Amino acid sequence: MTHGNPRLELAGITKRYGDVVANDAIDLAVHAGEIHALLGENGAGKSTLSKIIYGVVRPDAGTLRWEGRAVEIASPGDARRLGIGMVFQHFSLFESLRVVDNIALGEDGPASGAALSASIRGISHAYGLPLDPSRYVHTMSVGERQRVEIVRCLLQSPKLLVMDEPTSVLTPQAVERLFATLRSLAAEGTAILYISHKLAEIRALCDRATILRDGRVTGECDPRAEDQASLARMMIGSDLPHPRHRAAIPGATMLAARALDLPAGDPFGTPLAGIDLDVRAGEIVGIAGISGNGQRELLAALSGERTTRADAVAIDGVGVGHLGIAARRRHGLAYVPEERQGRGAVPELSLADNTLLSASAQGLVRHGIVDRRATRARARDAIAAFRVKAAGPDALAETLSGGNLQKFILAREMQQSPKVLIAAQPTWGVDIGASAEIRQALVDLRDAGAAVLVVSEDLDELFEIADRIAVIARGRLSPAMPVTGTDPEAIGLAMAGEPGARAA
Amino acid sequence: MAPFRLEARNAPSSLAKWLAPPLAAIAMVACGFVLFAVLGKDPVAALHAFFVAPVATRYGIGELLLKASPLALIATGLAIGYRANVWNIGAEGQLAVGAIAAGGVALALDASGPLVVLPLMFVAGALAGALWAAIPAWLRTRCNANEILTSLMLVYIATLLLSYMVHGPWRDPEGFNFPQSRMFAASALLPVIVEGTRLNAGTLVTLAVVAAAWLFVARTFVGFEMRVAGLAPGAAQYAGVSPAKVVWIGMLCGGACAGVAGVNEIAGPIGQLLPSVSPGYGFAAIIVAFVGRLHPAGIVVASLLMSLLYLGGEAAQVALALPSSITGLFQGTLLLFLLAADVLIHYRVRIGARTAMATP
Repeated sequence: MTHGNPRLELAGITKRYGDVVANDAIDLAVHAGEIHALLGENGAGKSTLSKIIYGVVRPDAGTLRWEGRAVEIASPGDARRLGIGMVFQHFSLFESLRVVDNIALGEDGPASGAALSASIRGISHAYGLPLDPSRYVHTMSVGERQRVEIVRCLLQSPKLLVMDEPTSVLTPQAVERLFATLRSLAAEGTAILYISHKLAEIRALCDRATILRDGRVTGECDPRAEDQASLARMMIGSDLPHPRHRAAIPGATMLAARALDLPAGDPFGTPLAGIDLDVRAGEIVGIAGISGNGQRELLAALSGERTTRADAVAIDGVGVGHLGIAARRRHGLAYVPEERQGRGAVPELSLADNTLLSASAQGLVRHGIVDRRATRARARDAIAAFRVKAAGPDALAETLSGGNLQKFILAREMQQSPKVLIAAQPTWGVDIGASAEIRQALVDLRDAGAAVLVVSEDLDELFEIADRIAVIARGRLSPAMPVTGTDPEAIGLAMAGEPGARAA
Repeated sequence: MAPFRLEARNAPSSLAKWLAPPLAAIAMVACGFVLFAVLGKDPVAALHAFFVAPVATRYGIGELLLKASPLALIATGLAIGYRANVWNIGAEGQLAVGAIAAGGVALALDASGPLVVLPLMFVAGALAGALWAAIPAWLRTRCNANEILTSLMLVYIATLLLSYMVHGPWRDPEGFNFPQSRMFAASALLPVIVEGTRLNAGTLVTLAVVAAAWLFVARTFVGFEMRVAGLAPGAAQYAGVSPAKVVWIGMLCGGACAGVAGVNEIAGPIGQLLPSVSPGYGFAAIIVAFVGRLHPAGIVVASLLMSLLYLGGEAAQVALALPSSITGLFQGTLLLFLLAADVLIHYRVRIGARTAMATP
């Protein structure tokens, strides 16, 4: 199977950012027809390595060999000419352009719009990745944007396909379809470098695995011959954390939606129709669904970013549908939005200033003047409570990693002792350790008597922490089922909107 | 392949942030040397005329502050909006309307004492400037009309309105048909605060407004909301900041400051209403606001620099018989270099072909 020169071979690749060594003498070989896993937590150096392979970042030391020949990959254009395709974890799309324009920009030659649209439709159909080429990217959710990236890559028929956490937003069925696609690509001779921290996926899909920890290679193995615990030990250096979870003792309804309708906010949004939802004190309700099925509108309507008629949304029995988000916070709402940078936090501001985004009504402002000592103390408490890795309350939000910023935002919301917490994609792109802490914090908040609503595309996550799960599809919400009465397969079918499929 | 190229820094360099302005100044002096030498003028004499002669006397320093004052005042007001992505570029018109309103007060009440007339003039000027800026604010929040266009178009209406007033209703009956109002009574004039100069109490008003603006942007919650709206509209929505409120505050602050600057001009060095009461302070203040990085302290420095360039330009025209287009060109190079040097805050210059690798 692995005869001749590897398609891509890295030797001694090192990259430093200031004092941080992101990659320390990495050796890696990927052969034609092989699905090779690059396993590691966020922050282990996987993304840096993939950027080096794709020519976005240049290494400080080390060599790259392509089919046995030493190469310098100075730009993504060089990488594409060699035959390297890449699906980034963080998307590189222009929001103000349509899907087809974004893809045309990545093509090296001039591309005709109509022909390109047709091939996009063809690829997206062949690989089960529904995509409308004429949609504007800014109207698309995270999951849909990822589809654009995948289709863009497949259009180039790459010889090496690098995929950075591609399944984080797919349904179990879609993951299966993607895996089938990847296996057939590998059978055609494509080399695939599959970057992930999901152990089960890697064991199901990959032939070889290289494990990274703190920028170094800590192991190479055949993942099919390992079990999850042994892979986890190589990856995080200790055993996998498991959240403590006991049966819910639900109380009164704290968050309710009644016949909630909401027109789409933009031409490509999903209108909400007749949403009914109850979240009681002391329980976690999960909302599953493929992104773009109305999650954004539902979150906007529940949080107060968009208003409706007063009795469509109630917090602790009080109709708040007509109130904005700041007024709803005074009724006990806390909200962790999907986007951390630019929504949940302002990247250019300090953590102390960022406490003011949602907690300004909590004694941080006196007579219109910001109490700086109070904001700094609050930020310091949030950092300590969640062991956020940050230089201190004056650290800018943009200097934190995704997981640490998410912990900070969640800590900031939990400091307000909310009656209701709404969290969207709470662990998207967050490493295993931080994900476990975030999920544990949500469970602890539930046990303290808060009503918690988690909107997530990660079914494993919902089954781990939720007490009841509802599915949103095409702007309609199914009744919430106890997790004990359903399973991921059934939820996955309902997410895909299969006719006749039920969440139970 | 080019031997020089720019590479993005991992984080903005604070060293470069401090070094950029002096670097720009050095580049401009070098550029000026070449420019004046090519024109056959003595570069040292030209640079002396530009930067030293204007401030060599007490009177000159007074003139420097007198010109810097309206620039700083207007730029401070505009910067409050600019930080929140509210683009009021109609300060020149708001200044004119402020002058009309305050001039009306001065002409109507010239029998009253200064403690009555001057405060009333400032209130009238600030309100009129704010009112003029309220038109684009209303059009933006109500009809989603772009405030850049509407505020600019209102400049022409305002300056023509001022022209009409001094050609028509308020023309001085004893003024030999010149288009100008009566001279204001002494009670409507700002007192001179430094003997031997034209520097008047209007400068103190500017300092007070700048200090208040500093407090507003640095310490108040509304100032914080404005900053968030400018930096991250999504976060502003998350925080529950009303986009309309941001537009209104941004426009009204800019308008009121420009209106007060108009009062300072007519109650200060001018002393009456003329067809034009500003040599373009309202537009120059936009540059001052950006050169000052939209921060009140930076704006004060930038306004002094801009004022020096104005005075130096005039002095150089007189002393060296330079055409005004050359002084304008020279002023432009400084601003160009200042903005170009800012690139170094976010990028570093690397020498060598791009395929070369840094040593490990």
